[in-house]
Amino acid sequence: MKKVLLYCISTGFLIFQLLFTCPAVAEVKPPEVGSILPEIILNVPKEPEHQKYLGLTGEGTFKIPEIKGKVVIFEIYSMYCPFCQKEAPIVNQLFQKIESTEDLKGKVKLIGIGVGNSVFEIDFFRKTYDVKFPLFSDVDFAVHKIMGEVRTPYFVGIKINADGTHKVIYSKLGTIKNADEFLSLIVKLSGL
Amino acid sequence: MSKYLKMQIVLLMAVFFVSSHAFGRSEAFKNNIYNPGTLKPMDSILKVKVGEKAPDFILPSLSGEKISLSQFRGEKNVVISFVPAAWTPVCSDQWPGYNIAERIFQENDAILLGITVDNIPTLFAWTNQMGKLWFPVLSDFWPHGKVAEAFGVLRSDGVSERALFVIDKKGILRFAHVEDINKRPDLKILVTELEKLNSK
Repeated sequence: MKKVLLYCISTGFLIFQLLFTCPAVAEVKPPEVGSILPEIILNVPKEPEHQKYLGLTGEGTFKIPEIKGKVVIFEIYSMYCPFCQKEAPIVNQLFQKIESTEDLKGKVKLIGIGVGNSVFEIDFFRKTYDVKFPLFSDVDFAVHKIMGEVRTPYFVGIKINADGTHKVIYSKLGTIKNADEFLSLIVKLSGL
Repeated sequence: MSKYLKMQIVLLMAVFFVSSHAFGRSEAFKNNIYNPGTLKPMDSILKVKVGEKAPDFILPSLSGEKISLSQFRGEKNVVISFVPAAWTPVCSDQWPGYNIAERIFQENDAILLGITVDNIPTLFAWTNQMGKLWFPVLSDFWPHGKVAEAFGVLRSDGVSERALFVIDKKGILRFAHVEDINKRPDLKILVTELEKLNSK
């Protein structure tokens, strides 16, 4: 009888442990290479040049794989993140490099999502660093949560197929350090 | 082996499997950021009033010199940014943003004072992560939270609220904002108030 009681108590304890640690496993993780993106919904930009760049029209929302292009690179960043601030000129270089390469312009698109940043703060960052590519406000951290609450800067690259399906080809925390090298890597991973 | 023992072993293996994932996620905290979870949005009663003189104070700063509010009288508008604590999530974020907004302060003839109740060595280590800050960082550590208390933004657990105060060149409080401690005040709020100051 005593033995059974002892086993019941320790089993109960182990089940409790399981329940306690399970939520950690159920947490959302960042998108994995080879998988598809979670559903990230952004507002169609107001600026006509950004609409044109992304191949979007009118108002409302869009999902990242709906962007016109073969590859989309997006940066999860924050105006308040010192690493993102330091990295901004390099990400600008990345954009310039894409736009000045005949084989890549129009095919590789770049956007930034400012997590926890208001529209004012997005605008402020854009002006401070003279960012030419579209930036989006995720003021309520909704996208941040879907992305598994990653630290910043976090870069993701997806390859969009002709039939509209897509696949994640790059998903990593950290600065890209060198625009040329990063772009070469993305081109290689996408098979462009 | 008895069936109870077999059940124990299976459960134990399950716990190890699950907790290894849990510990894997806690790797994220290796950058020293402590997450206190969601806190009560506000836990103090403001003691200062817009239109009245702001309480003067003198506090040690990271640069070594002591800084007082009254030293800016007649010279600069003063923005005080109280943040609750070093090494916690939203706090880690606010000042690096002000760090790239120096131009806005200059345009509005204002300086920024960053204050927390942490001691100087803590503030030193923490702000080092933010890059070089252009504004003074002051320690309201001893007497603990005395300045935060004077403004009415000391919480019951000893940290300050996440608060912004704008004081004009006459030493008069022109704006007070206590944000939900779990959120970050929109930069727009501060810019709007600074521009209002100079348009009057």
